[in-house]
Amino acid sequence: MTRLILSRLAQIAVMTVILSLCAFLLIGLMPGDPIEMAIAGDPRLTSEDAARLRALHGLDQPLMARYLAWAGAVLEGNFGHSRLFAQPVAQLLWPALLSSLELLALAIGIAILVGVGLGALAAARPRLAPFVQGVALVAQATPSFWLGILLIILFAVQLGWLPAGGADSGWRFLVLPVATLAFANLAAYARHSTTALRAALEDPHIRTARAKGASEARVLARHALPNAAVPLLTIAALDAGAMVSGALITETVFARPGMGKLIYDAVMGSDFNLALLALLLVAVVTMLATLAADLAQRWLDPRIA
Amino acid sequence: MIKAGLALLGLLALAALAAPLGGWWLGHDAFAPDLFNRFASPSAEHPLGTDDLGRDVLLRLLHGARVSLAVGLAAALAATIIGTVVGLLAAWRGGWLDAVLMRLADGILALPALPLLVILAALDPAIIGLPRGEATADMVRIAGLLAAFGWVGVARLVRASALSLLARDFVRAARALGVSERRVLMRHVLPSLAAPIAIATSLAVGGAVLAESVLSFLGLGIAPPAPSWGNMLANAQELVFQAPLAALWPGLAIMLTVLACNLLADGISRSRR
Repeated sequence: MTRLILSRLAQIAVMTVILSLCAFLLIGLMPGDPIEMAIAGDPRLTSEDAARLRALHGLDQPLMARYLAWAGAVLEGNFGHSRLFAQPVAQLLWPALLSSLELLALAIGIAILVGVGLGALAAARPRLAPFVQGVALVAQATPSFWLGILLIILFAVQLGWLPAGGADSGWRFLVLPVATLAFANLAAYARHSTTALRAALEDPHIRTARAKGASEARVLARHALPNAAVPLLTIAALDAGAMVSGALITETVFARPGMGKLIYDAVMGSDFNLALLALLLVAVVTMLATLAADLAQRWLDPRIA
Repeated sequence: MIKAGLALLGLLALAALAAPLGGWWLGHDAFAPDLFNRFASPSAEHPLGTDDLGRDVLLRLLHGARVSLAVGLAAALAATIIGTVVGLLAAWRGGWLDAVLMRLADGILALPALPLLVILAALDPAIIGLPRGEATADMVRIAGLLAAFGWVGVARLVRASALSLLARDFVRAARALGVSERRVLMRHVLPSLAAPIAIATSLAVGGAVLAESVLSFLGLGIAPPAPSWGNMLANAQELVFQAPLAALWPGLAIMLTVLACNLLADGISRSRR
C-alpha cells in the first residue's frame, strides 16, 4: 500500500513537472508580452527602458533558463506577483481554491444523494427505470452553462428570489451554482448506481436478508448499497477532472470568485504567472482527489489488486 | 435507441445543410444587422424572433449548426483516427510502448481539461502561422485542440478491445497460418473493432460539440460575427433582461446534439450485449 501511494505520488509529481514545462513554453506564446504592455500603458518608456526592464525581469534569457528560474522560485514557495490584481499570487490562490472546493463539495454531495436516490428507485421499482434513465440522459446532455443561464433568467431575473451571482458568500449565492453543478454531475451516479444496485440485489446474501424478514428498504440501504459503493467511488475517481472543469464554467457563469474565474480572468488579462500557477494548483488538487478516491476504493474492497 | 439517435443526428445535419436554403426561403441574411427590428417577437417573417442586432434567430441557429457540427465532427474524426492508431499500437506492441502510451493517456485523463483548453485556446494563433480572427481558421484551431484531448478516450477503449481480440483463437489461427502481422491487424482485428470505435466516435462528437460551445461561450472559440451555438449563448447571457428567450434555442440545439450522440453510443453498446 505504501509503495502504491509513493509510486502514485511520484507519478503526480512527474505529471506536474511535464505540465508546468509544456504550459510555461506554450504560455510564452500568449499574446501580450508584459514589457510590451507596460510600453503601451506608458508612452514615455523608451526602447532603452524596455531593454533594461527585460533584463531586470530576466525576459532576455532563453525560455528554458526562464523556466528553470521560475520553477526554482516556485519550489522555494515564492509564487511571485499578479500584475492583473496587483497582489501576491499566493494571496489570490488560497481564497479562490477554498471557494471552489466549497462549491464542488456541496455539488458532489447533492449529486450523489439525488443520483443514488434515483438509482435506488430504478433498481427497486423496475417500472420507474425508464423514467430514471430519461432523467439521466437529459442531465448528461444538458450543457451546464446553459442550465446556469436558464436558472439565472428564471430565479434571478423573472422571479427575483435569488441573486444572479457574485462574490458574496451567503447561502443565497450558493443555491443556483450548486444546483447547476449538481445536475450536471448526477447522471453518472444515477446510471451506475442503478446497474450496481441491480447487480447487488441479485447476490445470495440479499436473499438471506430477505429470508430473515428484513424490510425492502433495509435490504436496499443496509445490504445492497454498501456493495454498490465501490463502483460509485470509481466514477468519482474517474470524473474528478470533468467535475473540476464543470466547476470552472459554473463559476464563470455565476461570477463566483473561485479557481475557474481566476484562471479565466488571468488568461483574459494576459497575466502569465497567475494563469500558470492557478492551472498547476487545480491540476495537482484534481490528481490528489483521484488518488484519494482510488485509495478509498481499495480500502472498501480489498479484492481490487 | 440507435434509430432515435440516428434520426436526431440526421435532422440536425439536414438543418445545417438547409441553412442557405432557409435564408432564401425567409428572405433574410443571417449576418446583416437590421437595427429597426431588434428583439422582434416571433412572427411569420421571423419564426423565432430577432436578436440584439435584428438578425433572424432561426437563421443564425441554422448557420450555427453548420459551424458547431463541423467543428464537432472534425474534432471527433481526428480524435478517432489518432486514438485508434495509438490504441491498436499499444495493444499490439505491448511492453514499454504500451506502458508509456497508457501512462500518457492516464495523465491527460487525470487533468482537468477545461482550464487547460482555456489557456491553450487563448494562445495567439498568429505565432503558429494561422490567421487571426478568421472563422475557418478558428474552426480548424478549435477542432485541433479538442482532438488533442479527445483521442485519449478512444485510445483506451480501442486498446482494451484489441487486447481481448488479439488473444482470441481466430487471430491465433491466422498467425499460425502465417498471415503477416500487418494483415492480422488490418483484416482480422480492425474490422472487429468497428463497434467500440463507433461508440467512442459517437461519444467524442457529443463531447466535442459541448466543448466547442463552452470555449465559444467564454469568447475563446469561434468569434462573432460567425454564429456558433456557444457564442450565441454568450450573447444571450448579456441580454437576460431584454431577451430572455434568446438563451433557450442555442442551448436546446446543443443538448439535442449531445443527446443524439449519447443515444447512438448507448444503443450500439447495448446491441452488442
